[in-house]
Amino acid sequence: MAALESPMAGKVLEILVQEGQKVAEDDEVIILEAMKMENPVFAPADGVVKEIKVKVGQQIAESEVILVLE
Amino acid sequence: MEFLTNMWSTMGIGSLYWGNVVMWLIAFLFIYLAIKKEYEPLLLLPIAFGILLVNLPSEIMTPGEGLLWRFYHYGEEWAVIPPLIFLGIGAMTDFGPVIANPKTLLLGAGAQGGVYIAFLGALALGFSVSQAAVVGIIGGADGPTTIFLASKLAPEMMGVCAVAAYSYMALVPVIQPPVMKLLTTEEERKIRMKSLRKVSKLEKIFFPIITAIIVILIVPDAASLMGMFCLGNLLRESGVADRLSNAAQNELMNIVTIFLGVSVGATMSAEVFLTPKVIFVFILGIVAFACATACGVLLAKFMNLFLKEKINPLIGAAGVSAVPMAARVAHKVGSEADKKNYLLMHAMGPNVAGVIGTAVAAGMFLSVLK
Repeated sequence: MAALESPMAGKVLEILVQEGQKVAEDDEVIILEAMKMENPVFAPADGVVKEIKVKVGQQIAESEVILVLE
Repeated sequence: MEFLTNMWSTMGIGSLYWGNVVMWLIAFLFIYLAIKKEYEPLLLLPIAFGILLVNLPSEIMTPGEGLLWRFYHYGEEWAVIPPLIFLGIGAMTDFGPVIANPKTLLLGAGAQGGVYIAFLGALALGFSVSQAAVVGIIGGADGPTTIFLASKLAPEMMGVCAVAAYSYMALVPVIQPPVMKLLTTEEERKIRMKSLRKVSKLEKIFFPIITAIIVILIVPDAASLMGMFCLGNLLRESGVADRLSNAAQNELMNIVTIFLGVSVGATMSAEVFLTPKVIFVFILGIVAFACATACGVLLAKFMNLFLKEKINPLIGAAGVSAVPMAARVAHKVGSEADKKNYLLMHAMGPNVAGVIGTAVAAGMFLSVLK
C-alpha cells in the first residue's frame, strides 16, 4: 500500500487513471493546476490504483492524499 | 488653388519626418508581438497604439491641451496610476508562502542586487544619476515601479524604460534559465524542499499591516507604492471586503492599465525615442535582469552554507518581481533536473517578496536622489 500525497496546493485538472488500473512508478496519474501552470503528478511506486480520493475541479491542499496504490 | 494649398497645410502629411515613420514601424512590431506572440498583450497593445498616435501629426500630446497629455499628466506625472496598479497587485497576492518561510524575504531583497549593478553600469555609460536609477530598476522586472520611479526622477526615460521592463518580463522564461543553470549544479537543482507549514488567517491579516508600518518607517519614499499594495492585500485577506478586493484586482486594474499603456506609449515620440541611449537602455536592462537572477541564486547558495534545512537555489532566481512568471521558471528548471520536484509554491515566496524588494529599492533611490 502506498498513498500518493499532493506535492503542492492546486486544482485537480485531469485524472489520468481509473480505480483498478495498473500503474508503474513515475507514470503520470493526475494533472494539478497551480499558478496557471499544469503540473503532472507521478505515481510513487508500481501498483494497482485502489482508490482515487479527489475529483476533477477540486481544490486540494499540499500533502492531501490523492490516491491509494496497492 | 489657394483653397488647395490651405487644405494641404492643415493636413498632417507635410509635418511628418522620417523618424515618425520609424516609430510607426516600431508600433506595428509591438502590435504584431502583442497579437501574434501574445507578449504581454494587455499592456503592449495600448502602448503600441499610443506610440502610433503620438507619431501622427496632431496635438494629442501638447501640454495643457492634448488628450493623451492629460492622461499622462494626471496618471503618471502625478504618479497616481502605478500605486493604483499596486493596489490591484496587493489584492492578487497571497503572502502565505512568505509567511510560512520568512527566509525567502531575504531572497526577494537579494535579487535587487542586479538593480544596483545596472545602476553603476548606466552611470559608467554616461547616464545622469537619476536616469541611471531608472535604468537600474528595470532589473527588478517590475513595470509599475519602473514607471513610478521614472515619473519622479527622469520623465524623459519613462517610455523606453517601461517598454524595456515589460519586454524583459515577457522574456523571463528565455533570459533566466541559462543564468540559473550556469550558477547551480545538477545536485543543487535536485534539492527538494520540505512542505510549507499552514498559515493562519490572523497571520495573513497582520502581514500587510506590519509590512506597511515597517517599510514606510524605514523608507518613507516607498509609501505610495507600498501603502496601496498593503491596503490591497488587507482587503483580500480580511475576508469581509471581497467586493473591493475584486474591484481592485479586476475593474480598477483593467481601467488604469488602459490609461497607463496608451499614455506611456505617447511618451515615445520619435524625437525622444530615436537616440543612441535607447540601445544602451535595452542592453543595460537585460544585464540588470540577468544580474538580479544571479544575485538571487548566489544568495540562496550562500544561505545554504548556514542552513540545516537546505533551500533549492533555483528559487532565489524568483526574487525578481515578475509574478508569477519567475516562480514558474524556477519550478520548470527544477523539474527538468528531477521531475518529481515541485518548487512552484516555494518559489512564490521570494517572488512576492521581490515585489516588495523592488518597490523598496525604488523608494531608496527616490529618497537619495529627489
